[in-house]
Amino acid sequence: MPIANRPLSPHLQVYKLPLTALMSISHRGTGIALSAGTLYLVWQLLAAASGPDAFEIFQGFAGSWLGLLVLFGWSVALFYHLCNGIRHLFWDVGMAFSNEATDKANRAVLIATVALTIVAWVAGLGTWGGK
Amino acid sequence: MAEKMRSPLGRAYGLGSAREGAKDWWAMRLSSVALVPLTLWFVISVIRNAGADYETFAAWVGSPLPAVLLVVTIAVTFHHAAHGLQVVIEDYVHVEWQKLTLLIAVKFGCVLLAVAGIFAVARIAFGS
Repeated sequence: MPIANRPLSPHLQVYKLPLTALMSISHRGTGIALSAGTLYLVWQLLAAASGPDAFEIFQGFAGSWLGLLVLFGWSVALFYHLCNGIRHLFWDVGMAFSNEATDKANRAVLIATVALTIVAWVAGLGTWGGK
Repeated sequence: MAEKMRSPLGRAYGLGSAREGAKDWWAMRLSSVALVPLTLWFVISVIRNAGADYETFAAWVGSPLPAVLLVVTIAVTFHHAAHGLQVVIEDYVHVEWQKLTLLIAVKFGCVLLAVAGIFAVARIAFGS
């Protein structure tokens, strides 16, 4: 029986993914990472609900280099998923589908992610240092 | 069109749309739209609370506006995460028992974490 003449998806081992495709899979990757990152938030809230001792343990981790590294990764993933998610909302209403518009949006999302991460960390470290 | 695109095996299985996709699609878009302002508020709050001690942080969580917005953010975030992870699992995990196990684990985990987070906010807000 002949196989239906259907379009095939690109073969991942021989096909160099364009930036748009890389950014698409990164949206899923950051989504998974952010899901795991919610554990961190729930830990902080439960620690604060339990009392000063539990909160101190949380703060000990949050202030360590590993805690700051986790928070940095979380912030990059969050800003990327936020910016790229807004782009997805534009796609959902049928806007910006052309190759040119997609290229432009790729750049805008990446630049906004870097800019928001820098602004947030400068502001956050400023607050932290001011205490 | 749809019939022409299907393989002989696909036709034999006879599986197709469950006709309920639009509901899931809309739930995901709705939570996305809600999470844009909620996330921005949350990030600003994290920045303003950077390095806060226990009393300051607990007082902030327990005050009316942050408490309400935290509960809403937690609820919408885990709803969004559960849906997003479900789609990823359905796309990449094709062994039936593994898919089912992961789907159940994700759903249970998200509900458990959401309830834990909301309970924590409530306990701080109402006192223990």
